[in-house]
Amino acid sequence: MIAESGHYALVLALGLALIQSIVPLIGARLRDAALMNVARSTALAQLLFVGASFTALVMLHVNSDFSVANVYENSHSMKPLLYKITGVWGNHEGSMLLWVSILALFGGLVAAFGNNLPLSLRAHVLAVQAWVASAFYLFILVTSNPFLRIATPPIEGRDLNPVLQDIGLAVHPPMLYLGYVGFSISFSFAIAALMEGRIDAAWARWVRPWTLVAWIFLTLGIAMGSYWAYYELGWGGWWFWDPVENASLMPWLSGTALLHSALVMEKRNALKVWTILLSILTFSLSLLGTFLVRSGVITSVHAFATDPTRGVFILLILCLFIGGSLALFAGRATSLKQGGLFAPISREGALVLNNLLLTVACAVVLFGTLYPLAMEMLADFKMSVGAPFYNLTFAPLFALLLLAVPFGPMLAWKRGDLLGVTQRLLAAGVAGLVAVAIAWGWASGGSTLAPLAIGLGIFVIAGAVTDIVERTGLVRLPFATVLHRARGLPRSAWGTAFAHAGLGVALIGIVCETTWNSEYIATMKQNDVAQIAGFDVKLDGLLQRQGPNYREMIAQFNVSREGQPISVMTPSKRSFTTRGSSTTEAALLTRGASQLYISLGDATAEGAIAVRIYYKPMVLMIWWGPVLMAFGGVLSLSDRRLRVGAPKPARAKQRLQPAE
Amino acid sequence: MPSGFASSTKALKLLGSVDDDAGTREAENGYAMTRKQRRMTIIGGSLAVLALAAALVLNALRDSIVFFSTPTMVAEKHVEPGKRFRLGGLVQPGSLQRGDNLAVTFEVADGNAKLPVAYKGILPDLFREGQGVVAEGALDANGVFKADTVLAKHDETYMPKDVADALKKQGHWKDDYGGKPADSGKTSNSGKTSDAGKPVATTAQGNPQGAVR
Repeated sequence: MIAESGHYALVLALGLALIQSIVPLIGARLRDAALMNVARSTALAQLLFVGASFTALVMLHVNSDFSVANVYENSHSMKPLLYKITGVWGNHEGSMLLWVSILALFGGLVAAFGNNLPLSLRAHVLAVQAWVASAFYLFILVTSNPFLRIATPPIEGRDLNPVLQDIGLAVHPPMLYLGYVGFSISFSFAIAALMEGRIDAAWARWVRPWTLVAWIFLTLGIAMGSYWAYYELGWGGWWFWDPVENASLMPWLSGTALLHSALVMEKRNALKVWTILLSILTFSLSLLGTFLVRSGVITSVHAFATDPTRGVFILLILCLFIGGSLALFAGRATSLKQGGLFAPISREGALVLNNLLLTVACAVVLFGTLYPLAMEMLADFKMSVGAPFYNLTFAPLFALLLLAVPFGPMLAWKRGDLLGVTQRLLAAGVAGLVAVAIAWGWASGGSTLAPLAIGLGIFVIAGAVTDIVERTGLVRLPFATVLHRARGLPRSAWGTAFAHAGLGVALIGIVCETTWNSEYIATMKQNDVAQIAGFDVKLDGLLQRQGPNYREMIAQFNVSREGQPISVMTPSKRSFTTRGSSTTEAALLTRGASQLYISLGDATAEGAIAVRIYYKPMVLMIWWGPVLMAFGGVLSLSDRRLRVGAPKPARAKQRLQPAE
Repeated sequence: MPSGFASSTKALKLLGSVDDDAGTREAENGYAMTRKQRRMTIIGGSLAVLALAAALVLNALRDSIVFFSTPTMVAEKHVEPGKRFRLGGLVQPGSLQRGDNLAVTFEVADGNAKLPVAYKGILPDLFREGQGVVAEGALDANGVFKADTVLAKHDETYMPKDVADALKKQGHWKDDYGGKPADSGKTSNSGKTSDAGKPVATTAQGNPQGAVR
């Protein structure tokens, strides 16, 4: 019954989405408020039904109803409750249902909190949102129905892939989807603006918080996924330039660009056409990512494609939406008037440079992701594009971007004084150079570029600090005044500083980890001692243990430094009987920002075991950086100016600037 | 990570000089710059960045791409020692030998030809004789493939897609080699499992097991 109800609710949601796709537009054409308001009710009802459908699937998994194919294939009655729930989206069908649920959630949020939007804009936005939703409901119902029954229900399920039986699955995919799918809002706003042929600074004011929310989740989602891969896969890698990772990085890059260009549009009413284009591109890249991952067209760990029709279906959706929106853009963009002149050296100019570098970096990643595919289809030879390619292309572009980052927030709008800013950044520059010198003197081995990159990271952090110091008048003014000014500083200024500093932090982490990590790989017997980075790691012994749905072999290590015992580490290897597969559970010992990492290989007959031990200096900074960035985003979101439901300035502006 | 730094600084100077000129002019008579000039400055800057990116990509394509070969392709075409590539095929039954301290040697075969492979480290959990494998590395002077990465997957029915395609092409494909190879082919990097919302690589069959270094 639950499965059928869930299925039925999904069909109803499709019906509602179809109504929402058409009726509000007719209303907008006829200037009929009642018809336009249909969008609001259908969006909320849609959210209700998709929510019901999703809840039904969760209940099926929790109840271990193996008469449902999706549950049978991905669950097991012995699986802990948490993984029964997270297993809902640990498979193709369920994760697509999560995708549309989040899409409906964003649509519902616009409907619920968009009272301050002009009626016709809201009608258009929700209609566009419903087009996307309809396409994906159809996709799920036609090719990936999670509620299919099995004629003769098995007694036990096949269990979830053990690698996924981890807390990471609970957090990472929903976060990532909130980011990915959240960009559908800016997409819908962009299409609505093109359809209405009208766009102004108020538009940007509405779009920016949504984009920011999506960006915050995407940032955290990517970082979370990276950390998950790092501790779960057992060899300490945190980014592989895998096509599927690129699929999440590309929307992040263009979304970051969008965030900055919407700022120019909001403050200065310039870069309108570009902002619209970026909104379209960002969501298109999200769709492209869905296609790449779901269609199995690219060889990847993540790829699925049990069924070629799925790939074709998503490709159709992709062509329809990307092609359609770009065609609309081409036809209508010229009708949007440009405003807000600015000199090349200005805050706007800096933001243009930011956009330029981000989109070009994004294009490079897109190229690297699709090139092997194109070559295989056109020239029939196989190749892989990996880290070396991106180190030579993406890295220099990003280094250039980071070099420019501290300058941006310090330049004035309209017309900036580069020389003045350079002087004010002198201290930050000196800090960077000192860091280069220290890293140079301290470092033994590794790339000569590493100290330079660390200096760059310090420069970015110091630049962010300088901006705050300048704005609050710290050093120059009495402390009380500084405190007062700091309190009066817009939260978005603090947000900018934190987000930019986060970039520097992540860069330093990446450089330290890749340059100075050490590894020790060997077979160890009881009482063997491995020496790595000044630590003595002694194998005390091996023991067996029974978990809920696995058996595990645990190795106990005593870690000491110069004779002083520090800690006990217990990496393990789990064997899951149902799937006949095993996972490696690495043990981590955190020392400051650095980590000691132990994972196990196979045990040999003589009681020895293959062991991988890594020392990863400053590795945690890689993830602290994105967390700082997201924190900056949250601060900026809480800025008065952007608070949802603070409509007054927007309305006033609108009256001053009627339809262009 | 930021290799290629040197080449980028060149372009940076280029960009910088554009900005500097504009800056001085700006300081004197900022608004005198016409709309057209401003636009040209931006277009010029954009072109400079695009040109830089294109140069970087072309340069990177020259020597950072790793090609995929089977033993037959290696035998037919002369591959220089030291040139990195990915070798795919089946682990020849009976060829696996373990040496001291995690050193292993085995042969990779594709039906027509065989190639000896040497590797030092921990093999993936389901590395088995008779199963598909992809190794990355280069030939040494003696014609032995020195692998620094071995990829395999955790599933009996798994075969890397590249290998399956190659075997099919040469007519050595047998249906019992693997369920649906195209499904689970993870041959690119390692087995990170989720991302981009794909929580998962997992069809019923895939338990991605990471690359081993």
